[in-house]
Amino acid sequence: MNLPLLSIITWLPVLGGVAVMLIGDGRASLARWAALIVSLAALGFSVPLWCHFDASTAALQFVERLPWVPAVHSDYYLGIDGIALPLIVLTTFSTVLVIIAGWTVIEKRPSQYFAAFLIMEGLMVGVFSAADALLFYVFWEAMLIPMFLIIGIWGGARRIYATIKFFLYTFLGSVFMLVALVYMYLKAGSYDLAALYQLPLDRTEQTLIFLAFFAAFAVKVPMVPVHTWLPDAHVEAPTGGSVILAAIMLKMGGYGFMRFSLPIAPDAAHSLDWLVIGLSLIAVVYIGLVALVQTDMKKLIAYSSIAHMAFVTLGCFVGYEIVAATGNTSGETLALSGAMVQMISHGLVSGALFLCVGVLYDRLHTRDIGAYGGVINTMPYFGAFMVLFGMANAGLPGTSGFVGEFMVVLASFKANFWFAAVAATTLITGAAYTLWLIKRVVLGPVGNDGVASLKDLNGREFFVLGVLAVAVIAMGVYPKPLTDVMEPTLRHLVQLMSVSKL
Amino acid sequence: MMQNLYLAIPLAPLLAAILAGLFGRLIGRVGAHSVTILGVGAAFVMSLLVLKDQLDGGATYNAPVYTWLVSDGLTMQIGFLVDHLTALMMVVVTFVSLMVHIYTIGYMHDDPGYQRFFSYISLFTFAMLMLVMSNNFLQLFFGWEAVGLVSYLLIGFWFTKPSAIFANMKAFLVNRVGDFGFLLGIAGVVYYTGSLDYVAAFKAAPSIAQHSMTILDGNTWNAITVICICLFIGAMGKSAQVPLHVWLPDSMEGPTPISALIHAATMVTAGIFMVARMSPLFELSEAALGFVMLIGATTALFMGFLGIVNNDIKRVVAYSTLSQLGYMTVALGASAYGAGIFHLMTHAFFKALLFLGAGSVIIAMHHEQDMRRMGGLRKYLPITYWTSLIGALALIGFPGFSGFFSKDALIDAVGLSHAPGAAYAQFCVTAGVYITAFYTFRMIFMTFHGQERMDHHTREHLHESPWVVTLPLILLAIPSVFVGWFTVGPVLFGHYFDGVIFVAERHNVLGELGHEYTGQVGFIIEAFHGPALYLAAAGVVSAWYLYLKNPALTDRIAAVCAPLIKVLDNKYWFDWFNENVLAGGARALGRLFWKVGDEIVIDGVLVNGSARSVGWLAAVVRHVQSGYLYHYAFAMIIGLAAMLAWLLARA
Repeated sequence: MNLPLLSIITWLPVLGGVAVMLIGDGRASLARWAALIVSLAALGFSVPLWCHFDASTAALQFVERLPWVPAVHSDYYLGIDGIALPLIVLTTFSTVLVIIAGWTVIEKRPSQYFAAFLIMEGLMVGVFSAADALLFYVFWEAMLIPMFLIIGIWGGARRIYATIKFFLYTFLGSVFMLVALVYMYLKAGSYDLAALYQLPLDRTEQTLIFLAFFAAFAVKVPMVPVHTWLPDAHVEAPTGGSVILAAIMLKMGGYGFMRFSLPIAPDAAHSLDWLVIGLSLIAVVYIGLVALVQTDMKKLIAYSSIAHMAFVTLGCFVGYEIVAATGNTSGETLALSGAMVQMISHGLVSGALFLCVGVLYDRLHTRDIGAYGGVINTMPYFGAFMVLFGMANAGLPGTSGFVGEFMVVLASFKANFWFAAVAATTLITGAAYTLWLIKRVVLGPVGNDGVASLKDLNGREFFVLGVLAVAVIAMGVYPKPLTDVMEPTLRHLVQLMSVSKL
Repeated sequence: MMQNLYLAIPLAPLLAAILAGLFGRLIGRVGAHSVTILGVGAAFVMSLLVLKDQLDGGATYNAPVYTWLVSDGLTMQIGFLVDHLTALMMVVVTFVSLMVHIYTIGYMHDDPGYQRFFSYISLFTFAMLMLVMSNNFLQLFFGWEAVGLVSYLLIGFWFTKPSAIFANMKAFLVNRVGDFGFLLGIAGVVYYTGSLDYVAAFKAAPSIAQHSMTILDGNTWNAITVICICLFIGAMGKSAQVPLHVWLPDSMEGPTPISALIHAATMVTAGIFMVARMSPLFELSEAALGFVMLIGATTALFMGFLGIVNNDIKRVVAYSTLSQLGYMTVALGASAYGAGIFHLMTHAFFKALLFLGAGSVIIAMHHEQDMRRMGGLRKYLPITYWTSLIGALALIGFPGFSGFFSKDALIDAVGLSHAPGAAYAQFCVTAGVYITAFYTFRMIFMTFHGQERMDHHTREHLHESPWVVTLPLILLAIPSVFVGWFTVGPVLFGHYFDGVIFVAERHNVLGELGHEYTGQVGFIIEAFHGPALYLAAAGVVSAWYLYLKNPALTDRIAAVCAPLIKVLDNKYWFDWFNENVLAGGARALGRLFWKVGDEIVIDGVLVNGSARSVGWLAAVVRHVQSGYLYHYAFAMIIGLAAMLAWLLARA
């Protein structure tokens, strides 16, 4: 059976989303069910994707290639490797949960809400499966539109400010990337990523291209100091928007570094690695401390996301310093693998935490930490989930949150004792802001009448959080299936990083 | 056969914990305690079989259970190493845990969280077994943090009590400071040996000692010293050594059974166990051993002082635990790992006994913990009194009791050590004997003897605790008396730890002591030639005189020593420093970064500044475009075109 799986997973949600929109808000129940079925179908199609993926090779798989824009030699060229596959599965998985989570909570234009998420799902899958740079760019920009709408329509009071800030940052970054892509096309005569990997570039070219990509990807991750859009976007976004933003959209940055920056401009990445490593380490400490003093639950988790994503960028770039310190590449794959695992884990954990905040927000309509206290008295199941996800956020072994951080710290030690030491401070700061949040919100005596009136999770909420809990623990207890899928691709990436283009 | 047994030992309590935790409502209270006691009881019996197998000359077992992940040629596994050290720890852990399980039926009888509590303590037993049975650093770290998690959950068990949820957060965070070092130590081991496996890492260890690391410019350290100190920082958190000891007294906010199990007998000794397990690494670094000894000696003496001024019965026992952990640490620093582990074992029995005895008092007193409102309880709680007295005698080292052998051997071993700081350590542990005896018997006298200071209502309801409480007391009292007598020869001076704990020839103080060892009686007679025994006796007599015979003198002494007592009452200001300088500083810094860094510099100047300049540009070209968002987009497209033009011109 040779179904074009990638096209199906890309376009089924997009077309399904249009259909859901056409069903209209008048028949909201039908729209919801249709949306759920479409998202389940997309998830279902990613099962054969995972099962039939050949984890012994770094080559692109499930390749589909058709001429697309012959005038610029750009193809409709899809294909995935061990980096893209887990991210695609994370996308289809998260979308199902977001749709279930928004089931009856969204009262304003429900069909459009679900449609936006489905369309966004398809476009994000497109980003991860595109093997043609122009196609990638189109998906990359297109996926922002549903997110703008989600924040702009279903967002909170300051949603316009947040949307503009989000737009400003991301668009500014993307524009530079487009310039770099066009420049390379003019040199290579192709948008095929494999051709761009082979394209010889001198140091100045590489540096400029690297910086252009850096502008796009650093904003997405986001890295300090271009991170301030994220807390605002999260605070204003509806719960589902926050989940997708944290779980998938931030991953675009890390994915971009691995897919573009490192293999296309390896020499520039090498000579500018201090910039990325420095900013990552600053983020771990600086953002960790900023997260500590937040009074808004969503802002706190947003800042925590930035600190966690710093491990991704650290893992991507620390490899060059490992070679510089030890003279061989042993440890580079470990660092990259840690970065990937951290991305997947962060998708699950931060998504779950945003859902937890959503559960509380739906009940008391405030995200202010001070408005809660002793929630576990009236919501014991919720409290248990929140403590579990909090522990995962603090990187407790046995949960997914530990795996990536552990790998990146082990690898960083090879490069420099201080890289590992600064990164490892997350053990303290991460636990501090997370446990303090839990202490103030979940534990303690009943804080006020609002908390006293809370009802525990309903079946739908329990299901969503339960599924995430199982995923978080499964990945913490047995991460091997995930790392095995990525290993050959990352080894190949290390080779691409190591070969100078000069 | 043995392999399945090894797997079943940790899984039995895990399964019980899951059953009691997730299906607690379904199986009810009796179901919950039955299933967990069954699980832990099975683990205890199987651990005995393992110990027997080891004593009968069974081979050391070292094999993986499953591969956790493989990346970059580094294999991370879950696996078991079962040797003499492991077997001993397994029996101690499961025995004390079983006693605590039974005791909990009585102690938590009226608690609405009954099933949850049993689930937690079973889960703890699983985590602790995983820790001691590990054959690699990954699983060690997993067990290490998992026991920390359960400790967090149990200290905060009464989650509506503000002091409890403060204490559990504090415990977790202070332990995380230790784990920070621990993780770096593990990373160092992986870096230099390329493996997380104990055996492989130990084999490669001597080669690490040839490397040096530059931590700060112009300051090179031996790599093995850096690694060992990092690992030991982890032990300082878990085993509550100064200055990471601050969480342990506060952990007394949790229910008493877990104070006995986690915060006296097992979890807090994980650091001692870990260093003993890592003896092939620590033996290579004189500097690290010296550091270990210094920290341990300081903890042993100075935490003992704090036991003297406390009036909360549980906190006195907690400070005693801190001090005794210091003793064990000193033994490690003196390379007398066997003595450290031996004291760990005897301490597990008598300290669990003392905690459970205190718990029995607390039940009788309706959850009153202040010893100033006790007194004369001897006649109301005879079993509790006699068992606690046995625990106290074992703790102060009464000749022939278990604590006597372990502590005396430990002090002698430190006396023989030539490590830097050994003289200081010897002073601390010897002076500590007097302090230990003093605070221990102060507690016994204030609680069980003298005037009855409780109110009328409490006195009327005083009665001995039910059998589920007293039975564990009796069962713990037996090893508190005898275990030392029967094991001192083989475990401490024999060949029990041969091939398990590695001691460099020049550090082998226990071997030296062993040459003079002629049997238990000889050991006891020998003790009459040393100061320790007399110091202990003096401690008991002083406590008797000051708290029973002439309490007025106590008040006068307190008045004279007011400044000193202020230092002790404030616990050397560690908490004050941590809360105001460290925690307060972190919050202030966070607020500064947030308000100034994020909001003023980045958002104010960079983002909104560029937005304003773009807005200005847009205003210029307003004739062409309208619409707020598009102003910015348009301005950017102009920029894009300009850049493209520039690039193309160059190309």
